[in-house]
Amino acid sequence: MYKIAMDNLSALFQKIAESNELYLPIENCGQVNYGVWSEDADVNIEALKTVKSPKDAFFPQSENLYRCDKEEKKISITPAQLKDQNFVVFGMKACDIQGVEVLDKVFLSDPVDTFYAARREHGTIVALACNEPEETCFCKVFGIDCSDPKADVATWIVDGELCWKALTEKGEALTDAVKDLLTDDSAADAKVEEKKAEIKDIVEKLPYMGLSLEGWGSEVVDEKFDERFNSPVWNDLYKPCLACGTCTFVCPTCQCYDIKDYDTGHGVERYRCWDSCMYSDFTMMAHGNNRNSQMQRFRQRFMHKLVYYPINNDGMYSCVGCGRCVEKCPQSLNIVKVIKAFENQGGEK
Amino acid sequence: MQELIARAKELLADGTVARVIGWKAGDLPYNPEPAYFEKEEDFDDFVYNSFCGANLSKLMIEACKLEGKTLVCLKPCDTYSFNQLLTEHRVDRDKAYIIGVGCKGKLDIERIKKQGIKGIKSIKGAEITDDAETLTIDTLYGEKTCAFKDAMLERCHVCKGKEHKIYDEIIGESKDTKDAERFAEVEKIEAMSPEEKFAFFQKELSKCIRCNACRNACPACSCRKCVFDSTKFDSQQKANVDSFEEKMFHIIRAFHVAGRCTDCGECSRVCPQGIPLHLFNRKFIKDIDELYGEYQAGEEVVERGPLTSYTFEDAEPGIVAERG
Repeated sequence: MYKIAMDNLSALFQKIAESNELYLPIENCGQVNYGVWSEDADVNIEALKTVKSPKDAFFPQSENLYRCDKEEKKISITPAQLKDQNFVVFGMKACDIQGVEVLDKVFLSDPVDTFYAARREHGTIVALACNEPEETCFCKVFGIDCSDPKADVATWIVDGELCWKALTEKGEALTDAVKDLLTDDSAADAKVEEKKAEIKDIVEKLPYMGLSLEGWGSEVVDEKFDERFNSPVWNDLYKPCLACGTCTFVCPTCQCYDIKDYDTGHGVERYRCWDSCMYSDFTMMAHGNNRNSQMQRFRQRFMHKLVYYPINNDGMYSCVGCGRCVEKCPQSLNIVKVIKAFENQGGEK
Repeated sequence: MQELIARAKELLADGTVARVIGWKAGDLPYNPEPAYFEKEEDFDDFVYNSFCGANLSKLMIEACKLEGKTLVCLKPCDTYSFNQLLTEHRVDRDKAYIIGVGCKGKLDIERIKKQGIKGIKSIKGAEITDDAETLTIDTLYGEKTCAFKDAMLERCHVCKGKEHKIYDEIIGESKDTKDAERFAEVEKIEAMSPEEKFAFFQKELSKCIRCNACRNACPACSCRKCVFDSTKFDSQQKANVDSFEEKMFHIIRAFHVAGRCTDCGECSRVCPQGIPLHLFNRKFIKDIDELYGEYQAGEEVVERGPLTSYTFEDAEPGIVAERG
């Protein structure tokens, strides 16, 4: 295992940025979000959660697909360039890494999304174990171990030092590139094990640890599916929902997008941008909208995460328990309350 | 809170109201949610404490379309919003039974967390009956304390007063929590150079994720179909796709609610990125005060506000050039 003093991290970032674009948590006007590193950026890798998840690095909120330009009677079409520069996402937590796995199953299965695939190919993820999990965290419910994140490189903050371990070829390559700044320390292994145990201890004490996923998942088919889908519980749950997109836009696994045209005056720029199932025109087609009430749209979000996605992906849930929606919903609704509501009422009336 | 529950149950039982809009206890010490109560047993979860910051007046737009009266719990500042909705004929006074609930300032969990308090297990001092000046917070990382004042929502620091402007009855004591000048922040920005102003707002608005929480929570944003949601115009945008969103969405919204915004502060409370959106609205309020005479939207139900009536004394458009 390698290590580097926390005080020396800016040198590490500088070194990484020499040959890569570097995304990491940056504080701007009081909020921490992933952004591109620069020397004067206010880096804050100790923040447990960024407001938005780091999924932007692989699936940006908006990106151009192609542009059409009109010159007299000629129309030319120029596809947007795929990502061709290597980049590093530094400090990703275990929940957000599983979030990327959720996106992979959507975007890398046939037909492969070339924009996403290019970013995955050029991106290296440096994971960071969670230091002090919070009451809104429930990753363990989905089988995630936040003390031992699996990515290209895994890191831990222990006693003012960042312990560093490469786990993949990409990770080895990055380690080689920054080796001058790292010290090899065989004693670090034991310290990291201690740290992991400490984190696991805290995780056990988190209030959402007892959350049960019984009644959700890939087994919810046939009558069970109809019962859940048609349950009267949804009618109570959705009521305070403002129909804003906060939960979907801070979520590391929400992957729905809309494709729109921007009129450039002499042509069209076709782009895609995140969509939200909370919005009134979500999946609207020529015939209209097939979910025309907020209850239906609200139900869509949670059924997708906890039933549809697992059915289509070997039981994998598309919630990773990061707790961002728990923190950010203006009305204090969230996926945990939804799961609990069915737990309490059986949901199978 | 018990008095409030008892009274609400009574009004439900005698048929005065068909439902109650209040708050339901959350599953963490600080996350109660707005909720409807229709049966006696629903009240097991009813809560009213210092984390009940949500302004429930906007929910009355839909509630007024339902059969029977709806009891709604409004804090002093929420009653301004209700009056403004009445002014705009968006709610029906006859369909509402307003209980003015006492308020001694509402808490902002983000401000508590900003002080490095995390792993929260319980919070003492947030009860409505409590007059504690300090919150005692039990966390996974030990016991912490935080001054009540330091945890208050921005809007409470510029409290409009403890008086309910419209109600059927009042339950509970209120307190004026004002300890800052309402226009101090606006004046600071006014004093900036145009370049500084631009940089300030661009930096703040660059965080915007276009979730529309500000718009959807805003009691003044009550259009049935927002122009930004309409597929018929180019104005429909879902992301910060270009500088338009950063600069224009919030400014257009501020113009649209000018003269109608009561400064309830919901926009800033709900913003997931902590953008001080109320500053736009407060600038308009300050300008209206200066150009048309002091005016507080929602203080009473009015026929016409300063921007919807015309007098010979009104400011001429040329004022823009004069003020620079």
